Amino acid sequence: MTDFAPRPGAAPVGRMLLAQTALETRMLLRNGEQLLLTVVIPTVLLVLFSTVDVVAVDGPGNRVDFLAPGLLALAVMSTAFTGQAIATGFERRYGVLKRLGATPLPRWTLLTAKTGCVLVTEALQVALLSAIALALGWSPHGNPLAVAALLVLGTAAFSGLGLLMAGTLRAEATLAAANLVFILLLLAGGVVVPLSKFPGAVRSVLELLPISALSDGLRSVLQHGAGVPWSDLGILAAWAVLGLAAAARFFRWE
Amino acid sequence: MHADPAVEVTGLVKRYGSKTAVDGLDLTIARGTVTAVLGPNGAGKTTTVETCEGYRRPDAGTVRVLGLDPVRHAAELRPRIGVMLQSGGVYAGARAVEMLKHTAKLYADPLDVPSLVERLGLDSCGRTTYRRLSGGQQQRLALAMAVVGRPELVFLDEPTAGLDPQARRATWDLIADLRRDGVTVVLTTHHMDEAEHLADDVAIVDRGRVIAHGTVDALRGTDSTLRFDGPAGLDLGELRKVLPDGAAVTEPTPGSYRVEAALDASLLAAVTGWCAGAGVMPDKLAVQRRSLEDVFLDLTGRELR
Repeated sequence: MTDFAPRPGAAPVGRMLLAQTALETRMLLRNGEQLLLTVVIPTVLLVLFSTVDVVAVDGPGNRVDFLAPGLLALAVMSTAFTGQAIATGFERRYGVLKRLGATPLPRWTLLTAKTGCVLVTEALQVALLSAIALALGWSPHGNPLAVAALLVLGTAAFSGLGLLMAGTLRAEATLAAANLVFILLLLAGGVVVPLSKFPGAVRSVLELLPISALSDGLRSVLQHGAGVPWSDLGILAAWAVLGLAAAARFFRWE
Repeated sequence: MHADPAVEVTGLVKRYGSKTAVDGLDLTIARGTVTAVLGPNGAGKTTTVETCEGYRRPDAGTVRVLGLDPVRHAAELRPRIGVMLQSGGVYAGARAVEMLKHTAKLYADPLDVPSLVERLGLDSCGRTTYRRLSGGQQQRLALAMAVVGRPELVFLDEPTAGLDPQARRATWDLIADLRRDGVTVVLTTHHMDEAEHLADDVAIVDRGRVIAHGTVDALRGTDSTLRFDGPAGLDLGELRKVLPDGAAVTEPTPGSYRVEAALDASLLAAVTGWCAGAGVMPDKLAVQRRSLEDVFLDLTGRELR
């Protein structure tokens, strides 16, 4: 017979964080549509455009040397922005965030767990895309720390924007908008189409987008072997501050 | 047993835009009791409970739960309460037992998950994802999640809505066991029999206020109804003469009679004696105390809202 005699208490915060991160990651990896977005699309684009001459690439080296940095940027956007926005939007809609709010799990722990889940997924994406790119003859250059800084700031910028969308729009609107933004930024953010192909005025606007800063920054390091791309890091930092601050201000839990 | 109450709500007001959901509500709930909150849809039950859970900030009045302010002392309060929402609260892709195990991990000293799963009959659907569970299974999972952390106080918002009789019985048994082990239970329900069966106290809420609060017995009062069938059109004026003042006699449908009064043996004898004198056989004679449903409908009205 179950004994229900009260013995209340919160678990240690480290245990909660670990459990929540593991659960969030399992939920993401179990979701077919998310895997399409985070794994299948970047992989297919990488293989297709590296082997078939359909997009005009830019800069030194093989086609894959131009494409691999762009698709790493796309991977970050797909997980930190599109995937996170859609998942969080539906968690809000189905009362998951509300219910978790009544448990001992602090909000910052929930958000940290979400970030942890995004970083774990990105690590898997980067490993997979890098392996495929290397097999296609990719020869990356540059400082791994500069690459890591770009990926982390890009993640922060896209997470802020994704959570802002998930926390303010209806779940269906988030689903539609996040996918639309994904496609638009895939085409117009320097991922597979070089920004040099756009007219000058349009180009100078597009260069301010977070996806452009991330793909351009990764490309200047990995393809051209440049040092720290400060201007791209600056653009990403500005988006990160704006996005996270707006998300913190406007996010509604129910 | 604590002297201070589990829940103390004083003058609670909560508005959504121009609509006042809760309008000066007072409610005190003693520790270790089961309290059923009844009320028509839109009466303010869920808003009141959700304010106690810390989800909403009162526009006026004070709310204390286990002596704490649910908004300001949320971090201190949350480990001590269990919450069952009316619906949802689980990742669509999470499996039933997986979600329960996860919830248990958020508490210091949770209940044994496998025995709770067995007790609520969730073992057969343990690997089914939440979106594929039946409504009843989703309800039972939500109930399990509310109690798994060994709370002192649980809030259950319509815990048996949509359950089949077996699942409903299992939920009642579990609530009775919570009470036995000293857990305070606050539940909302539309089922009068549920309140009669489970609750030490019943609070009836209407238009944002508590309009009656007490034990089921106290609310039902001592008034009873005596019913019998006979030939249509008996002279009720004659019958009234042999009854004490304050007794009401009606013929709601032809040939069907109702006597409402503080009923005792002598009143029963008076009615049957009058029938014998009039040469009437009182068919289907029955004495009924007012049910909680009668009390509820008398207080909140019979019209649809």
